[in-house]
Amino acid sequence: MPIKLSLAGNPNSGKTTMFNALTGSDQRVGNWPGVTVERKEGKLKGNPDVIVQDLPGIYSLSPYTLEEVVSRNYLISEQPDVIVNIVDATNIERNLYLTTQLTELGIPVVIALNMFDDLAKRGDKIDLEKLGGLLGCTVIPTSAVRNTGCQGAVEKAVSLVGKEFPHIHCFNEEIENALIEIESLLPEIPASRWYAVKLFERDAKAAETLTLPADVSAKIEAIIERTVKNGCSPEEIIARERYDFISKVVSSSVTKAPASLDPSARIDSIVTNRFLALPVFAAVMFLVYYVSITTIGSMGTDWVNDVLFGEIIPDFVTGLLEKAQTALWLQGLIVDGIIHGVGAVLGFLPQMLVLFLCLSFLEDCGYMSRVAFIMDRIFRSFGLSGKSFIPMLIATGCSVPGIMASRTIENESDRRMTVLTTGFIPCGAKLPVIALIAGALFDNAAWVATSCYLAGIAAVVISGVILKKTRLFAGDPSPFIMELPSYHLPLWSSVLRTTLQRGWSFVRKAATIILLSTVIIWGLQNFNWRFQMVDANDSMLASIGSILSPLFVPLGWGNWRAVVATLTGLIAKENVVGTLGVLYGVAEAAEDGSEYWDLLRRDYSRLAAYSFLLFNLLCAPCFAAVGAVRREMMSARWTLFALGYQTAFAFITSLLIYQFGKFFISGVFEWQGMVPAIVLLVFVLYLLFRKNKFARKKDRNAVELHGENLK
Amino acid sequence: MKTLKNAAVGEKVRVCRINGTGPLQRRMMDLGLLNGTEIFVRKVAPLGDPMAINVRGYELSLRKSEADVIVIE
Repeated sequence: MPIKLSLAGNPNSGKTTMFNALTGSDQRVGNWPGVTVERKEGKLKGNPDVIVQDLPGIYSLSPYTLEEVVSRNYLISEQPDVIVNIVDATNIERNLYLTTQLTELGIPVVIALNMFDDLAKRGDKIDLEKLGGLLGCTVIPTSAVRNTGCQGAVEKAVSLVGKEFPHIHCFNEEIENALIEIESLLPEIPASRWYAVKLFERDAKAAETLTLPADVSAKIEAIIERTVKNGCSPEEIIARERYDFISKVVSSSVTKAPASLDPSARIDSIVTNRFLALPVFAAVMFLVYYVSITTIGSMGTDWVNDVLFGEIIPDFVTGLLEKAQTALWLQGLIVDGIIHGVGAVLGFLPQMLVLFLCLSFLEDCGYMSRVAFIMDRIFRSFGLSGKSFIPMLIATGCSVPGIMASRTIENESDRRMTVLTTGFIPCGAKLPVIALIAGALFDNAAWVATSCYLAGIAAVVISGVILKKTRLFAGDPSPFIMELPSYHLPLWSSVLRTTLQRGWSFVRKAATIILLSTVIIWGLQNFNWRFQMVDANDSMLASIGSILSPLFVPLGWGNWRAVVATLTGLIAKENVVGTLGVLYGVAEAAEDGSEYWDLLRRDYSRLAAYSFLLFNLLCAPCFAAVGAVRREMMSARWTLFALGYQTAFAFITSLLIYQFGKFFISGVFEWQGMVPAIVLLVFVLYLLFRKNKFARKKDRNAVELHGENLK
Repeated sequence: MKTLKNAAVGEKVRVCRINGTGPLQRRMMDLGLLNGTEIFVRKVAPLGDPMAINVRGYELSLRKSEADVIVIE
């Protein structure tokens, strides 16, 4: 039987660095069942019999955040053999609060007193013997960044496996008596002391798992009633007792050096300064964008797109296939379908890797929480988080890394909202489409592109306001209260590891869902219904376009070519330009399709073309982005909801623009178009301005409700 | 009744009680904001909200609407 060792600790305590130091490259990254909280597991370096389980960073074992619920369910139901509790020595009071709860579980606990070197630098001193004695567990000084002490802590932990671990008493006599009485009412279960405390706190989730008979519950309630006086809540009493105990422990074992202005405060006096914060933020964002989207990242992407998947691989494979004399359709499928399609997706990888490198760095060094602090005011009014700014900004380059950058948003509801709305921002691949329409029908007027960006931003804001009032995003129970951790120079190996893990999870998606989708679209575009290989004009896709085209008549472009172009835009948005070129009989269209501008002018009015443009900008994104949405949502239902919502939003917007535009230009009221348009407008306005019936629901029911939504 | 929301930057205050119950209140307690805890109001974000405070030797940011449930002396 392998030994199960759990790493538990506060966020920013250096837990992930410790995990990496202990397990090396032998890690499995996944998710906890049913939720998007990341789960990491690995074998201990040099001792594969020890499985190290990294628990999410938590402040407490209360039942309110997803991370806390996941951690406590694991600790209670899986019963790991031993816990290594990582405690940030520079922030010891709050970190020990979790320790007082972990030691109640009946599982041996070893404290890894991390960042001990930082503490020494500050001049503070900790009496380890005394601290350990008061807490009832061994304390080992560590520095995960320098990889010192970590092995020692684990060795100590392994030596404790299977041993009795008595809890430490940290409550006053009256409460202690009440707890002992409650514990005696419980059946023989592991972690009975922990359950006793939770029942005293009236923790509904803990009571649920025990299913106590009614008379026992009543007895427990009587004990609580008897012990709790003068209007305090039992939760508050327990929390205060814990902190009082910690204060005593700390004051007798820690000697603080005279306070000096720490480096973090000095950095913050510039970075979050009233006047400098926004310029500094703008400069950092520009730098990230410049490095990953404009220069280094895009050089990589251009090479992958134009050379690797544009020449080297297709030429090589075509050569091979010709030598093997394979059928023409098979060559087409492999080279034009699979290689081209997957290449279009993998082309984003260099940009994404550079971007993730920058973001991991900002995250690990502590700047990301400052970003949330600075931007929160703007974004929370439409249901997003301060951290949503980064995905949105990145998405102007490409929505795939943009969507994946939303990983840095802890709050699930904010993250979902960000993932859902990021696709509205016009990305780089949509620029050729904008150039096509602006060039063909608007004499390259600059306002076309500008209005597209404004429309994208408006779509984000409007969606935020509308969706926040729905049940799906209702009653946000997770408050903004957030730690601003001290700045740290991150460990490069850690930053690199995070970057590669994120990149790899995208590649895996590209190899499955995206590959399948591109092959299907390719097949539809190249075959007719009798499965003979034909021109795009006679293909299945063309007839699907003809069938679907009446749907788009109210939008002004019920023309099968436009519909087919929109469908192929799902592979990559710039395909819209190429497809229209093929369908209008131009073999090799320039990037802005200037060869067939005349033909477009014949088929579409300016208004219809603008409505077509808007629809293509706002509707479901390309397959790569859909893959990213799926990756971040961790749920097929949510992905489908996102796609449906985006497409519906695009449809309604284009319809309103076209119908009202036509009315204002011609002055003629056509009831067939205008009546539905007015109904839709009223509907959208209702969604926008109705009362938010879920707002301000901060009671426990709201949490339960939210918990249901997550499944 | 003065709440943390109204405290001035640079002010040192003491928590009197946390109003209400639920996840927000519990999170505050877990983070060490309890009856009698000393708070130093560090700064306010450039756009006027949220605010940053020092408590038990670390820095915490919270929205003014959330600071409003913390009654101070």
